[in-house]
Amino acid sequence: MSEKTLIEAIREAMDEELARNSEVFITGEDVGPRGGVFRATLGLFAKYGPTRIIDSPLAELSIVAVGIGAAMNGLRPICEIQFADFIQPAYNQIVNEAARIYYRTGGTFTVPMVIRAPYGGGIGGGLYHSQSIEATYSHVPGLKVVIPSNPYDAKGLLKSAIRDNNPVLFLEAKKGYRLIKGEVPEGDYTVPIGPANVTREGTDLTVYAYGMMHFYCQQAAEEVGKEGISVELVDLRTLNPLDKDTVLNSFKKTGKALIVYEDNRFLGYGAEIAAILADEGFNYMDAPIMRLAGPDVPGVPYSHPLQDWFMPGPKKIADAMRKLAAY
Amino acid sequence: MGTQVIMPQLGESVVEGKISQWLKKVGDQVKLYEPILEVETDKVTTEVTAATEGTVLKLYFKEGDVVKAGTQIAFIGAAGETPPGGASGTPALEPVMAGIAQASAVAGTTGNGNGKGAGARISPVVARIAAEYHVDVSQISGTGEGGRVTKKDILAYIEKQSSSQPAQGEGQRARVEPQLEPWEQPGLGELFRPSEEVFGKPTTPAAPALLPGETVPLTGIRRAIAEHMVASKRTSPHVTTVFEVDLTKVVAHRTANKALFERDGVNLTFTPYFVAATIAALKQNPLVNSAWTDTGIVLHRAINLGIAVSLGADGLIVPVIKNADSMNLLGLARAVNDLADRARRKQLKPDEVQGGTFTITNHGASGSLFATPIINQPQCGILGVGKIEKRVVVVTQAGVDSIAIKPMVYVGLTFDHRILDGNSADNFVTAIKQVLENWV
Repeated sequence: MSEKTLIEAIREAMDEELARNSEVFITGEDVGPRGGVFRATLGLFAKYGPTRIIDSPLAELSIVAVGIGAAMNGLRPICEIQFADFIQPAYNQIVNEAARIYYRTGGTFTVPMVIRAPYGGGIGGGLYHSQSIEATYSHVPGLKVVIPSNPYDAKGLLKSAIRDNNPVLFLEAKKGYRLIKGEVPEGDYTVPIGPANVTREGTDLTVYAYGMMHFYCQQAAEEVGKEGISVELVDLRTLNPLDKDTVLNSFKKTGKALIVYEDNRFLGYGAEIAAILADEGFNYMDAPIMRLAGPDVPGVPYSHPLQDWFMPGPKKIADAMRKLAAY
Repeated sequence: MGTQVIMPQLGESVVEGKISQWLKKVGDQVKLYEPILEVETDKVTTEVTAATEGTVLKLYFKEGDVVKAGTQIAFIGAAGETPPGGASGTPALEPVMAGIAQASAVAGTTGNGNGKGAGARISPVVARIAAEYHVDVSQISGTGEGGRVTKKDILAYIEKQSSSQPAQGEGQRARVEPQLEPWEQPGLGELFRPSEEVFGKPTTPAAPALLPGETVPLTGIRRAIAEHMVASKRTSPHVTTVFEVDLTKVVAHRTANKALFERDGVNLTFTPYFVAATIAALKQNPLVNSAWTDTGIVLHRAINLGIAVSLGADGLIVPVIKNADSMNLLGLARAVNDLADRARRKQLKPDEVQGGTFTITNHGASGSLFATPIINQPQCGILGVGKIEKRVVVVTQAGVDSIAIKPMVYVGLTFDHRILDGNSADNFVTAIKQVLENWV
């Protein structure tokens, strides 16, 4: 076992799956000789050649559409969207086609496709390179949405996604690509799509997060832990289908919930968690359900002070934890 | 100085009363024992009298208000004196009787709480735990925002209470974890096998929806009847035994004595005959005049007979003839008339509807032949008297059968099978039958 970054774990998962199954191929902008804009596919073109690692035109609609066609005909495409911000031209393909084909054809066709997309701000990317898109796509039945928060889960979940017979949107925290490091076992293992993970046990309040925010929540929980506040941290990992049991069980234990997400607050993913807790956990509620999220502005600002104002980080999260613990 | 007028507790299980009418207004002079107001409960309507003489200085409630027993409702003193709460200020609603004070009404000034908890918001989880463990939240010191009682606070309080009183009611504290129905939501379950997931599982049928209609609000007496009936059925195993009684001699006696009784101002009905026969049978079978307790069957010394009186659509009430065995037929007839009359006019005193040891219900008055009434707890039995009607019966005289027309009645005893068995119950009804059939 060795320590790897998030992006190394992702690359390793693709490498192993390409070697394991000849039906797997990668397509996307600059994924070939260049190795992708974030170097996720670095070295794979040399290893697997132009029929397995295919550079695409600058057209997300066609990247996904090609993936759907290939998947329906027995291949297992990994479509890379360079930035999650760019996925919207493929929205119709994903929502109206990929997510519905199994249902529409009465089970005759499946779409075993993975769409990988780096999401999130904090990297000085401005409006078009910082967005969080998980809420929009988690709303769609028939599409699985996965966001790993650490290298171990990233490798195991991506392998599960590639082997899954349904379309999976695999979102990667680009800020964490080289920031988040962790032990990753050599060789084959999977982390199942679905179950959430209680990454820190606590008694005073539960914090729900995923991806980059989970990383920050760990730091914040550590910080307030020194003040005697015991935080339970739930890493959701799979946003759809959601592991409601884990979500509710933790809430039953603590009675207080804070949901942290980077996407803008209004109708963000945390709204659904809050609604489920209010609906099915009402008798266990000991405080208002709180959300800490990005503000409702049209984009993550380019200016660094404004970007800091936008992004939830360890300090803001710790303050929210203190406020909820004191309620 | 001055004297408070307190809402009385009108019966053992009665916790509140409605002020149906003020008989005095502010400024009126009252004499000692003079009625001040009329109070209505689910059992009775009664007058509250003055415990002192003086001037009515203040009435704290309006007519129609429902007030907890023990609450100060008026103030009597010397003319010109200022009553508590000022002559026209806000009413002083503080209950004065210890133990009846409801925490919600008093702002937590007593007890060991910090007083902030009662006014602050109570979260759903704290409310649920308080209900499950029977905890008064106002007694808990809150550590949350603004002194709010948090989940941790109430759990710590329960922990402390149970460790300091280990003997008290395990069962009461036993916590029932509610079963959460799994919520079938395809979007959150296994996504792509909806046909098996949703349609394959057996579903429990939902409670049938009520058809649209008018809802009649529950009156106090209707609610009290419902509670008593359900509690009784849950308490004792009910068994009913029915006998047929020949009333030839009773009818003859009544016909002969009706005018005589009328001279004494008493309307002689059949009910006193059944009451008298029941008293005689109870004396012969003391086990029937009893109550079940876990430590043993309590045989009552007194025979206090309850008579069920219908109030029509308003429900039913059971006034009690105390020490009924000390009365002759005339006394019983007078008592039955008086109680039934005052019951219908809601003029019964609280103690006249309490302390019964056995009950008679005359369901025959509305045409019923026989019935299976519900026991008036904690009594052992209830006698149901059906409609008296002429029937064709076979009589045997000197070994010869013949057909005769006789006034007959079905008399049924519903009894608590924990106390009586079929044989002992039948002996009791047989005794009633013998008294009635051999009436002289």
